[in-house]
Amino acid sequence: MFYREAGDFKTSYTDDSQTFPIKFDRIRYYAVLAVAFGIIPFIINDYWANAVVVPFLIYAIAAIGLNILTGYCGQVSLGTGGFMAVGAYACYKLMTSFPDVSIVFHVIGAGAITAFVGVLFGLPSLRIKGFYLAVATLAAQFFLVWLFNKVPWFYNYSASGQISAPERTVFNIAVTGPNTDAWAKYLICLVFVVAVAWIARNLTRGTVGRSWMAIRDMDIAAEIIGVNPLKAKMTAFAVSSFFIGISGALFFSVYLGAVEVGEAFGINKSFLVLFMVIIGGLGSIFGSFAGAAFLVILPVLLKNVLVGGMNWPIDIAAHLELMVVGGLIIIFLIAEPHGLAQLWRVTKEKLRLWPFPH
Amino acid sequence: MKTKLATLALTATMVAAPAMADLVFPSLSYRTGPYAAGGIPYADGYADYFTLLNERDGGIGGVMAKVIECETGYNTEKGVECYEATKGEGSLVYNPLSTGITYQLIPKVTADGIPLYTPGYGRTSAANGKVFSNVFNFPANYWNAASLAINHLLEVNGGDLKGKKIALLYHNSAYGKEPIQTLEQLSAKHGFELVTIPVDHPGQEQKSQWLQIRREKPDNVLMWGWGVMNQVAIQEAANIRYPMENFIGAWWSGAEHDVAPAGANATGYKAVTFHNVGSDFPVFDDVQKYVVDAGKAAGAGDNIGKALYNRGFYAAMLMAEAARSAQEATGNADITAADMRNALESFSISEERMAELGMPNFGPAFEVNCANHGGPGTGAIQQWDAAAGKWSLISDFGPSDMDVIQPLIDADSAAYAAENNISERCN
Repeated sequence: MFYREAGDFKTSYTDDSQTFPIKFDRIRYYAVLAVAFGIIPFIINDYWANAVVVPFLIYAIAAIGLNILTGYCGQVSLGTGGFMAVGAYACYKLMTSFPDVSIVFHVIGAGAITAFVGVLFGLPSLRIKGFYLAVATLAAQFFLVWLFNKVPWFYNYSASGQISAPERTVFNIAVTGPNTDAWAKYLICLVFVVAVAWIARNLTRGTVGRSWMAIRDMDIAAEIIGVNPLKAKMTAFAVSSFFIGISGALFFSVYLGAVEVGEAFGINKSFLVLFMVIIGGLGSIFGSFAGAAFLVILPVLLKNVLVGGMNWPIDIAAHLELMVVGGLIIIFLIAEPHGLAQLWRVTKEKLRLWPFPH
Repeated sequence: MKTKLATLALTATMVAAPAMADLVFPSLSYRTGPYAAGGIPYADGYADYFTLLNERDGGIGGVMAKVIECETGYNTEKGVECYEATKGEGSLVYNPLSTGITYQLIPKVTADGIPLYTPGYGRTSAANGKVFSNVFNFPANYWNAASLAINHLLEVNGGDLKGKKIALLYHNSAYGKEPIQTLEQLSAKHGFELVTIPVDHPGQEQKSQWLQIRREKPDNVLMWGWGVMNQVAIQEAANIRYPMENFIGAWWSGAEHDVAPAGANATGYKAVTFHNVGSDFPVFDDVQKYVVDAGKAAGAGDNIGKALYNRGFYAAMLMAEAARSAQEATGNADITAADMRNALESFSISEERMAELGMPNFGPAFEVNCANHGGPGTGAIQQWDAAAGKWSLISDFGPSDMDVIQPLIDADSAAYAAENNISERCN
């Protein structure tokens, strides 16, 4: 009834090609933004920010990044953890080397450095595909973690190899360090998430995105119709790594404040982000958010329900949590192999016909 | 989006917990994951001591102690979640049993005014109270452990380590890297050669490391391991017939479950410790009577007297004593985290007091002051006897080489102070 194209007349090409062609979607989009920027900062507390919302936003950026590479361009990558580490360590080196420059530029700079590293490790993708590429990116994962463990320059020669984020401010408001308010942490991440999602959405709708999808669907055919595989694959690696670098930088500086590479950016992180992308839906920006939300919020929710609500022993709850999350992943993959984004797509189709489906 | 908001709302109701006037001692423990073998006995010991006080004495100064456990799985992200979930409940002191989580929490607890107690782990330079106002790591730290191990080797080798080759097998993380600087300094001082061999998390596969040890033929191997890495290393050492008496672990590599899998071959394996071993203390009879037999033990009740149980128990005892002295200092039974911090900074424990508590000679007698949060840094060497199935001390509690360690602590804490714009206190 409300959710339909009919009656919403487009009179210009700009209108016709907008991101949300349906009026209801547009309103919903602006409503979400209004709530996110206008209401949540005033009600968020430390627990919500640090345990749920900030990790969700940061993982959403990483998932969008990986989705561009794997979901849109079809290049399987297991190097996400390693690239996040590049972002984190680049951010740390920039923060400590240029303390007077704003942290915002450090995060973007960290993304740029990660983009460069990503392109470097993406070069093999011109020759190898599929599982073999996954193994090549796996090598990147292990190499990068080893590198940040091995070379003391990256952690400023500290005794333990830990890197800690000093306090940095944006408009005189602390966004990193222990004195950061919950809302400041939340807002800085939100600004980056909105920017990244907006860029990603528009890139994937345009020429670049179409060339990625052409490569994904059939690379030889794409080459024949004039898509340059070098350019398409390298841009996909660059953009994807740029976003993942930003998420790594925020993960270190805003969310955790101190990390060690093996523990924070190990192979588990690569799998976690890959699961987010698969569960959320390959080739969908909304899916990246849905997948990140699923894998960040569900464990916290289960823990609070089982331990806080039902007073279960913590070890049983922790084991059950693994089983429930694992079980749900399997159920999802069987019942809906295209992820949560596909559920949303089906819902939208149904909504268009509602309430007269025939 | 809507379902997300619904889940958020649901969690909100679950998180809200009633406030009460208990003395809250959060325990960020881990009973799951590759490090659970060490996390379980420690968490049991920590919880059982407070249960004992509640059951036998009616709490501390008439106020019940409450231990809130939160599962971290040795994972820093979960550690943050646990900290945020528990800090609003009147938590008096944090004891996360993880060096990674400690690094996370140091700035956070300082901002929130809650003390952090990291006995024998965490950031070593936190011993410098001039820089780290809220962190306490008495009675001993990693660098003491490294020095104590070397002191033992000096003793065994007649005071001379020149030309010896000593390998350090370490967990490739902040925890494992901590002793390297100290050992480098000590190697320059005593003239031994140091070989460092990293083992990546979790350490289940160490064939190449032990191949390297076979090739290098070190006179001694020191180990900074945790979790499953310890068991594998000791098994591998047994496999290559490395003489066990030349193999010394840090105090996190010296628990019963670490040596048990290697069976009789583990006999002779040594480890450093900063507290006494065994179950031969009067207090454990009380634990059996009031806690285990009453069915109130945190775990299965079968860990009493084990190395890590004793350590958790000892840490809980020190914290309970600190809470008691905070009550005395303020004249208030209901203390705050700030009171607790002040009490820790003027904390002292004597041999008489430990005997009174039924734990004679359990640990060193020492005093903490504003500048020194690290305690005396004393320790002993324990050795495993597989036939008897127990550890026994083979040395007295001796001092470590503070001439080497103190400058390192000062330098590292100064670097931290400079990075974070902290001015020195206690002047």
